[in-house]
This record gives sequence, structure tokens and C-alpha cells, in this order.
Amino acid sequence: MAGAAGPGTGPGAARGDGDDSLYPIAVLIDELRNEDVQLRLNSIKKLSTIALALGVERTRTELLPFLTDTIYDEDEVLLALAEQLGNFTGLVGGPDFAHCLLPPLESLATVEETVVRDKAVESLRQISQEHTPVALEAHFVPLVKRLASGDWFTSRTSACGLFSVCYPRASNAVKAEIRQHFRSLCSDDTPMVRRAAASKLGEFAKVLELDSVKSEIVPLFTNLASDEQDSVRLLAVEACVSIAQLLSQDDLEALVMPTLRQAAEDKSWRVRYMVADKFSELQKAVGPKITLNDLIPAFQNLLKDCEAEVRAAAAHKVKELCENLPTEGRETIIMNQILPFIKELVSDTNQHVKSALASVIMGLSTILGKENTIEHLLPLFLAQLKDECPEVRLNIISNLDCVNEVIGIRQLSQSLLPAIVELAEDAKWRVRLAIIEYMPLLAGQLGVEFFDEKLNSLCMAWLVDHVYAIREAATSNLMKLVQKFGTEWAQNTIVPKVLVMANDPNYLHRMTTLFCINALSEACGQEITTKQMLPIVLKMAGDQVANVRFNVAKSLQKIGPILDTDALQEEVKPVLQKLGQDEDMDVKYFAQEAISVLALA
Amino acid sequence: MAGAGGGGCPAGGNDLQWCFSQVKGAVDEDVAEADIISTVEFNYSGDLLATGDKGGRVVIFQREQENKSRPHSRGEYNVYSTFQSHEPEFDYLKSLEIEEKINKIRWLPQQNAAHFLLSTNDKTIKLWKISERDKRAEGYNLKDEDGRLRDPFRITALRVPILKPMDLMVEASPRRIFANAHTYHINSISVNSDHETYLSADDLRINLWHLEVTDRSFNIVDIKPVNMEELTEVITAAEFHPLQCNVFVYSSSKGTIRLCDMRSSALCDRHSKFFEEPEDPSSRSFFSEIISSISDVKFSHSGRYMMTRDYLSVKVWDLNMESRPVETHQVHEYLRSKLCSLYENDCVFDKFECCWSGSDSAIMTGSYNNFFRMFDRNTRRDVTLEASRENSKPRASLKPRKVCTGGKRKKDEISVDSLDFNKKILHTAWHPAENVIAVAATNNLYIFQDKVN
Repeated sequence: MAGAAGPGTGPGAARGDGDDSLYPIAVLIDELRNEDVQLRLNSIKKLSTIALALGVERTRTELLPFLTDTIYDEDEVLLALAEQLGNFTGLVGGPDFAHCLLPPLESLATVEETVVRDKAVESLRQISQEHTPVALEAHFVPLVKRLASGDWFTSRTSACGLFSVCYPRASNAVKAEIRQHFRSLCSDDTPMVRRAAASKLGEFAKVLELDSVKSEIVPLFTNLASDEQDSVRLLAVEACVSIAQLLSQDDLEALVMPTLRQAAEDKSWRVRYMVADKFSELQKAVGPKITLNDLIPAFQNLLKDCEAEVRAAAAHKVKELCENLPTEGRETIIMNQILPFIKELVSDTNQHVKSALASVIMGLSTILGKENTIEHLLPLFLAQLKDECPEVRLNIISNLDCVNEVIGIRQLSQSLLPAIVELAEDAKWRVRLAIIEYMPLLAGQLGVEFFDEKLNSLCMAWLVDHVYAIREAATSNLMKLVQKFGTEWAQNTIVPKVLVMANDPNYLHRMTTLFCINALSEACGQEITTKQMLPIVLKMAGDQVANVRFNVAKSLQKIGPILDTDALQEEVKPVLQKLGQDEDMDVKYFAQEAISVLALA
Repeated sequence: MAGAGGGGCPAGGNDLQWCFSQVKGAVDEDVAEADIISTVEFNYSGDLLATGDKGGRVVIFQREQENKSRPHSRGEYNVYSTFQSHEPEFDYLKSLEIEEKINKIRWLPQQNAAHFLLSTNDKTIKLWKISERDKRAEGYNLKDEDGRLRDPFRITALRVPILKPMDLMVEASPRRIFANAHTYHINSISVNSDHETYLSADDLRINLWHLEVTDRSFNIVDIKPVNMEELTEVITAAEFHPLQCNVFVYSSSKGTIRLCDMRSSALCDRHSKFFEEPEDPSSRSFFSEIISSISDVKFSHSGRYMMTRDYLSVKVWDLNMESRPVETHQVHEYLRSKLCSLYENDCVFDKFECCWSGSDSAIMTGSYNNFFRMFDRNTRRDVTLEASRENSKPRASLKPRKVCTGGKRKKDEISVDSLDFNKKILHTAWHPAENVIAVAATNNLYIFQDKVN
């Protein structure tokens, strides 16, 4: 076996003895079977290198047969293999030999792991494009048929994804066969296969002739949409989007709409949820006329559905739905047919519904304009700002910019402030964290004056929060505020307060001072850093807590580049040298690191 | 397949004659706790039979192909794969030991050449893949066949490994671990007919999982009261409908069964149907509630009926009638007078399971003294059989047993007082298409078949 490297085995297959260029390849090949998954994975990822060294013929006759039978491996190895094979055509000798790649991919398309199967199908789709029309019918179509009539449903599910790539390039006789196979998969015994077929129905419809769409796809769609399994029916909703795009308005009304109406009122909430979730796509696919006649009433029902999950999904779509309405008459439709339902949702019993609505409701203001916003939307915003659920309030605050453009934020500030303060002190630290992240935005919109007056103290309070993540976020928040309001503001309002904390009895707070300095020094510039911050940092080098001392070393390393050489040599260097002799190992380490980074040695 | 032919189950009138086929497990009187079988389950085709034990092991038996030279030995079950599914663990946060005992095994419908099953202990559900391997790769570049390293400088050609046939190897590998979703002990798992979800139930909650997603599950039933002192009932078993993907039932310690429709809402706290038999006030006693607790609930294969097992009886319910069961079969009514002593030795809390024959025409459930009971639903006849080594000659017919309740004991009868309550048959399984049953008696697994005429 070993000596089989005959003539014509390609450029990489070197002959003669002692060719050390073979060694790395030999290692790669051996490691295809290493016990360590990571090494196997590495080898598989370099499969093209191996194939190149073997040459096209040995790749076809030896490497691919071996790979075809390696489907016992771990998922991640198989996944990598499936991906590699999609780009292997050149390595087996070009399009004429692309069919050699089908056997290994075929066996990968039957494994139980969905990600691997999907990747194998993706690679097969890629390779199908490299087949000549003759090769496609000779090799690829038979493969699809084999998979489609396989015993195991893993192979049949994989087949579903391959019809659409071979159909357009097949002859008419073969086309009829392909359609026949697809039809039988749509009525397969196992729900797994019917789901796969339903999810590819739209894609397949797109490559079919319009007559076949009407005569074959529509009945399949109708059947799948009334399948006994909820999980199949809900996928038909997705297919509806693609099919609707292919049909004329009349056909749409006659062939698809009855099914879609039925789906919007399905007994199963999961199907109705899917309609709500795909609403924007459906709206675009069916066009404005059917939207007005059919979809808007359906949407109203979804907004008051008995299942909260459905209401939440519909609430998420409110803004997109309104945006996509034809501009003419849009305002009237929204005001008369949508807004009354939204008003109900503001006081929904379920917090997810309210929070979904809060995440999009602000977007309506740009669509409705200033007057309507003030008259109709503002009361809703204010109500949601006072909602008992913090997530609802947070979602309103995080979308303030939409309203700001239309009516200015001042309209809201009276209600905004209590809401912010309450969120800032929420018992859940994740809520506090979220509101901190909106501070720079709020500050920008509210202006310095308002900020100093109402919000500054909150920002400082976060610096001494008992949760580290909050203190950390508060630090970077300060930096962003300085970038917004400028160094002078920093010098007057922030820096003094930060520096005072250096004398706090709690060492965690003293460290916060250092973290703030790390974050602020760059934004504040050389002068403030040298004159105000540096002395404090240097003084803290004598702190009795080692954690503070090594953070001093780290801070010095951080602010060093901002300082001038004099300050570095005369002030920083001696302190770092002293810390370099510290009795604590960590302090020593970070001091020495700072010395070498700042080149003070 | 065996001579009886697919679906051949107890035919009306013709009483089925059961005969011994095999017994698995040690003969020793001295039984190790870890060897006690805790669940038995056939797969969908009946070719594989899985057992779980208190030691956390799963043993899978495979039915041998029909043997031409021995026409009468209808496919015996032999060990196919054995693996350690669960290990004992310790929950450090709650200071609780988590036993490795396998509470339930459920097979998945076969999707490719490999077989998959779910196994669970009190807390963690695992998805196992059982696959075969019959090829081995040979040939390395850097070492010889005998493992000696080659001189890297003397490699003159590249070798691609080639696959050689080898002895069949069966591998069990854990594919998914579904953990951290149950505060209480898991009593049931059940795979949905959509083949992509399953439920797991503990004392107070039922969760819905996707078979491919381990990091989240959806809570679909939660009966935990805000104040645990108000707790009056617990969930004892739960199962999905075999055909309707949206329907599942769960039974409670109060003897009731709730049927929920997942279509109506995401959280199924409100049931669609409530099955309860009105209590007979005349027979009310201290033990009424304990013995009415349902230990197992199983849908018939047709999906029309369900069966529940309580301490003394097994009941068949028509899903269309909530007010009372359509059949009630007494399993061991003679124990009603012994409830006091059964309460004292904790036997009254034993959780007996029950199962349907492949055609739904007969049902089986266990009792004490290694007795198990079969009820033919057509002829209304019932029989008590015994799983014992004494009668374990191949193809020996099982003699019906009788427990005498009156004062005078007839020949061949056994008196209630001499029943051995340590020998209990809790777990049984019936082949989905044939009359082959598996009966777990402590550490032994008995397999019986109908007698072919």
C-alpha cells in the first residue's frame, strides 16, 4: 500500500528517499485518526493540504473512500469534514470529477446530528452547481432520489434541501420525477420529514414553473397547512411567504388566502404565533390590498389573542406593520384600526407583552408625526414609564431617540426622571446595569444642565455600588460622559468626586478611584492627569492593602503614556521601583511589568 | 419474526398459554442493591429491550435472528450493549446525594442505523446513541504495523489509511445531557409524536424539551403552591398521547388524571379534561388516599384509552369519558385487609407500573411474591402468573397461581400470609407487536412468550 505513489500522482507527491517535505503531510494523515479530537479536527481542517500532496487521483481513489466511512467521528469533526468537502472540486480534478465527492457527503447527510446534515446538504448544493448538466443527471439526481427514498428519515430530510438546486437544470422527464419525489416526501409518515419538506416548500416553489406551482405546490401547501402535527402546520406559514410572492393577486386570493386565514385562527397557539412572527414578511408578500382587507383584521385578533406569547409576538411587529403600510391613508388606518388595540396592550396582564410593545411603540412617533404623538402616543409612553415592570420602563428609555427626533425629549422629562431614578436603584443589578448603559445617550439628549442637576449624583452613586459589574460599568460610563461634555466639565464635576474616594475606608472604593483614573485619564488629557490624578495615584502606592498597591502599578502603566518624560522619570519611576521591592508577589510583578512597558528600567 | 405473526395477541376466547423463554441476572440469593432492575422498556420494533438498574447501568438486549437449525427457539434476547448511564453525584448547594438509579428509559423512534434512548435518574436526563462499528482503519505513516516509530527521514511515500472489516463493536455514547431543570425527583419522561420534543415530569412540575436543545426547557405544568404547607397533591406520572402531538396527561397522588392540550396555551396549568372516579363513601378509610394514588399512567397504542395503576387496581379509561373508568380490574384485592401491615413496612407506597399488549387487547401489571397479573379485555378473564426460577425450563408453560383468601387452602393455592412482600414485580414490558413480555423481578429479568401451537 505504502509504495503505491506511482507516476502522475501530482506535484506534491514527491518521490525518492528522504524527502522531508512529506513528513508534515504524513503527520496530518496519521492524525486523522489520533485519539485527541482536537488533533483530528486540525487534520480535517487541513484536508486540502493532504489532498494536494496526494494528487487528484489518489484523493479520488484512496482519500475519499476512507472519508466516506469515517462517519463514526465526533460531530465537530464531521461538521468540519462536511464543510471541507464543499470546496473540494478542484482537488479531485475539477468539475468532471465533482461526482466523486458525492459518496462521502451522502453518508454525512444521513447522520443524526442536524448541524452536520445541514452542512453536508449545503456542500452538496454547492457541488451541484459544479456538475455539468449531463453529470447532474447521471450522478447528482440519482443521489437525490436515493436519499429521498432512503429507509431512514435522516436521509429523507436531507433530500428535501436538494430538490431546488437540481430542478432548474434537469430535463423535463427528470423534472417530473423530481416533483413526484418531493410530493411523496410532503406526505411522509414521519413528522420529521414532513417538517423538512414544509420548510423547503417555498424554496422549491421558486424554481418551479408557474403552472406547476399552481397545480402541485399549492395543494401540497394546503395539505401541510392542515397537517395533524402543529410543528408541521407552523412551517407552512413560512412557505406561504415565498409562494405568495409567485402568484398574481387573483390566484393569491383564491389559492393561498383561505389557508392563511385558517392559520391565523389555528387552534394551536404555536401556529398563530408563527403568523404573528412572520407578519411583516407576509404583509410584503401579499401586497397592500390584501393587507388591508385580510391582514389588518387578522393582526387585530393576534393583538388580543388569548395566549400571551402570541400577543407579544404581534406587539413586536406593530412598528414594522405600520411602517410598511402604503403612505397614502396610513395615518387613518393606524389611528382607527391599530392604535385602539395598542392602547389595550399598554395595560396587558402579561409583562412580556407590555415589554415587547415598549420596545417598538416609540417608533410609531416618526410615522404619526408630532401632533398625533403628543396627543395619542405620549400618554401611552408616560403610562409605560410608570409600569410596575422594570423591563417595560427600560425598553421605553432605551428607545428615547425616536421620540426625541419628533417632539423633543423635554416633553417626557418630568416622567422620565422618576423612572430613571427608580431603575437606577432597582434591586436587580442587571436592571441597574442596563440603565447605566443608556446614561450617555440620555445625557446627550437632556443636556449638561439637566444632567448635572438630576442625574450626576446617580452616576456617582453607582461607583460605590456593592456589585462589581455595576462599579465597572459606572466607570466606563464616566468616560463616555466626559467624551460628551468635555474636559472642563470633567475637571469641575467628576474628577474631584472621584479623587475623594481615594481616602475611603473601604479598599474596594479606593480601587474604584484607580479604575476611574484608568478610564478617565485619556479623555481628560495630559494636564488634568498630571496635576490632579497622578499625585493621588502616587500617594496610594503606600496603601496597606496589596490589591490597591498592585492596581497602582497597573494604573501607572496605563496613564504613563499620557504623562510627559519629566513626570515619568521623577515621580513615577521611584514609586514603581519601590513597589518593585514590595513584599507582596503580585505587587512586585505588576510594578516590574509597568517598569518594562514604560521603559523605565 | 416469530411464528405468531405481527399483532398476534391474546385472541378472544382462546386463552393464551405463556411459557418460559429466558431469565437474565444472577441466581444468587444475595442481591446487590445496585443490581435491582428499576425500569424495562422495548423499543418501537421490539428487537431491542432495555433495562436500567439502581446502579445507574443500562443493559440492552437484542433479539437474535430466527435460527433455522432450531426452529422452535424463537429469537432469544442476548446482551447487545451495557453501559454506565448515570453516576452517583452530590449536590453541594443543597447538600443532597443524587442517586444513580435509572428511573425511566424511553426509546426514540429510529432515525438512522443507530438507536437512541433517553435515560433519567432523579435529576438528569441523558440521550444515548447506540451504534455499531464493523470497520477499522489501518496503516500509519509514522509507525509500522507493530507500533514501532519510523525514521521521519525515510518516509518515501504517503499512505492513506484503509478500512478493514473487524468484529462487530457496539458503542454507547452520550449525545445530550439535559440537566438542571428539575428541583424535585423526575418520575416520568415521554417522547412526543412529533419526534422532536419530549416531556419530563417531577413531583410538582412538567417541563417540555427539544431533543436537540439542552440549555433550556419550557415549564408547561407547575402545581407548586406558593406556600409549600398548602401542598396537597403531587404529580406521579405523565405521558404524551401516542398520536396527537398536542395532548398529554398527568396523574396525581389523589387518584385523578388531568389531560392537557398544548394548543390552547403555552402554560398548561388549566387542564382540558379531568378524569376522576367518585369515591365510594362506604369504603372510606385511613388508607383511602394512599391507595388511590396513581403510580403509572399509559395510553393505549390506539390512543383511544388510557390505563392507570393504583395500589390495588388497574383502571382503563376512555378518553371521551371523564366521570369513571370503563374497566376496573382488581390486581390483589386480598391485600385490602392487610393495609395496616403494608403501611408499616412501607409497601403501600410501592409504585407498580402497567403496560398494554401490542394490540391493546390485554394489560399486564405486577404484584407481590413475584406474581404478575394479566387481564384480557375481550374475554374479561384474568390470570396470575409467577416469575420464578423453579419453573424455568425452556418452553415450560407457566402455571396459573392462586392466592387463597378464605380459611381453607386448596391444593396449589398460596395463602395471603405466606406471600413474600420483598419479591415485588414493579416493572414489566410488552413487545409492541408480539406476545413476548419482559418482567423485572428484583435483579432478574424474565422473558416469557406465548406457546406456539
